[in-house]
Amino acid sequence: MNDTPPAAPLIVTKDLKKIYPMGQHKIEALAGVTLSFAKGEFAGLVGPSGSGKTTLLNIVGSLDAPSSGSAVVMGQAVESLTHKQAARLRNHHIGFIFQTFNLLPVYTVYENVEFALLLLGDPPAVRRRKVMAALDWVHLADRAKSKPAQLSGGQSQRVAIARAVVKEPGIILADEPTANLDAENSHGILHTMEKINRDLGTTFIFATHDPKVIQHLRRKITLVDGRVAADEPGERA
Amino acid sequence: MTLPKLAFKNLLGAGLRTWLNVFVLSLSFVLIIFVRGLIEGMNRQAERAMIATEVAGGHVQHPAYDPYDPLTLTDAHGLVPAPLADLAAAGKAAPILIIQGTIYPEGRLFTVRIKGIDPGQRVIDVPTALLSGAIPSAASAASTAPPTPDEIPALIGSRMAKTTGLKKGDTFSLQWRDSHGTFDAREARVVEIFSTSVQTVDIGQIWVPLSLLRELTGMPGEATIAVLAQGTPPPELSSWVFRGPDYFLADLKSMVAAKTVGSSILYTILLLLAMLAIFDTQVLSIFHRRREMGTLMALGFTRGKVIGLFTLEGFFHGVLAALVAAAYGIPLLAWIAKTGWAMPGDVDSYGFAIGDKLFPTYSAGLVAGTTVLVLLVTTVVSFLPTRRIAKLKPTDALRGRLT
Repeated sequence: MNDTPPAAPLIVTKDLKKIYPMGQHKIEALAGVTLSFAKGEFAGLVGPSGSGKTTLLNIVGSLDAPSSGSAVVMGQAVESLTHKQAARLRNHHIGFIFQTFNLLPVYTVYENVEFALLLLGDPPAVRRRKVMAALDWVHLADRAKSKPAQLSGGQSQRVAIARAVVKEPGIILADEPTANLDAENSHGILHTMEKINRDLGTTFIFATHDPKVIQHLRRKITLVDGRVAADEPGERA
Repeated sequence: MTLPKLAFKNLLGAGLRTWLNVFVLSLSFVLIIFVRGLIEGMNRQAERAMIATEVAGGHVQHPAYDPYDPLTLTDAHGLVPAPLADLAAAGKAAPILIIQGTIYPEGRLFTVRIKGIDPGQRVIDVPTALLSGAIPSAASAASTAPPTPDEIPALIGSRMAKTTGLKKGDTFSLQWRDSHGTFDAREARVVEIFSTSVQTVDIGQIWVPLSLLRELTGMPGEATIAVLAQGTPPPELSSWVFRGPDYFLADLKSMVAAKTVGSSILYTILLLLAMLAIFDTQVLSIFHRRREMGTLMALGFTRGKVIGLFTLEGFFHGVLAALVAAAYGIPLLAWIAKTGWAMPGDVDSYGFAIGDKLFPTYSAGLVAGTTVLVLLVTTVVSFLPTRRIAKLKPTDALRGRLT
């Protein structure tokens, strides 16, 4: 029997709403989402386009602010953060993986991964160790000097994973990470992310409607019209 | 990697676009320095020539003399005051007697100023030694006859020669009025035609020996002005008036200032063209790199840091341009400064004492000032478009949209 009290959730959203003005109309992207995520979760927000997955991910990632409600991430209320505080939260605690990889084209693989560490102020030797460790995780240590243009889609996404994981964040948010990848590459990067989740305890939250991703999830939250329609264990639970 | 390193890497990563901008900006650097160097060189050259040939250490003038009013010449002569005469005897002053006259070369009439000057003077750089009667060059002696005792040896400048059609060795009638107002005339012979960039000792001027002019006009021991040698302090005189070099250079300086304004417009246009390229690049950059900005923000860059990064990229355009400009500009401009810049034939119409060639002068202040100016303007122009980033939402940037 385990007597350890349950850890406080990393992310808590309460009645989270996001409304976008669209001309004279308003679009309600999130209509009162209440959720919590614990450390080490491998969860996914699933649902059709326009269901609010990316909006929720953006708010949790402090890239956007809610119209009402609250989102507390790593103990910080996103809605009350200044731009600088939000940037600091992202820099220290949140890693992002994007559908289009978003690698910086003029930098090498090494530099792209190192980029995430620049603002943390680590000394060069520490940065080098961390970057090479992250590249080892994604099996791209031998491509450290390559430019993004020289990589395949799967390799590029693995660099993006390395960039997200290199600063050892508590949370990694992945927005449609497999949308531009074939099945083999999709499974490859999902296995990598599962391994990072398992070995480092990093919380992963996906926004996806890709069945390949869904079949790896341990928790599946279905959003419909900005509301949580279902919150259930995933296939890997 | 620090922010400057990132900016530099981004700049080099942009490839040809960067180098085209850098080249255009470097051209502006070199041309601005060249044009300003030309103006500065023109200024100094003209000033040096005027001081050497006409102004020297300043003029002590008869109180009735007004260089801008020929009618004053009738009365503007008098005995050279003793202190001035002493300076002249010591070679530190050159008295000049100026009277109005008329010449009749080949039957035509020209009003002139006849200037009597001591042929042995060394105060101004006019070859007055040729008026002493001895023709110095053997070639000259062979080709022209010296003036007879009845002829007045006359020295004229090349512009005067061109205007009157006179050549070396030519004789012409010279008419003047003596101290009593009586007309007198005699044949004069051109002993030499000298070349000078200073028009005011050339156009409409005929130089003759002072002692002869005094004798012909009945004005013994008299003069209109006395030119002081450079560095000679003006003597204390109660009647005659001292005019320092600044008085004579005022017109030149105002003309140079006018030319400076004209050239400023030229290099402002040059600078604007270069800045347009930088501005355009920055605007395009911000438009094309929205997703990159979103990524930077997602990685934890504040908007201020993103603005700083893009502004630094623009600033480095200026730094690279300065280096490129130095690479080809220093040897090029040094070569022009050494060999001179050939002036067009109508250079006399500029009103400057320039000469056939202009030697640009590039001071350290000019180079440093231009560099600072270009870098400053480049930075400001680079910063202006980046202000848009301040309004950019990270989510919009990640979608490739501008807020």
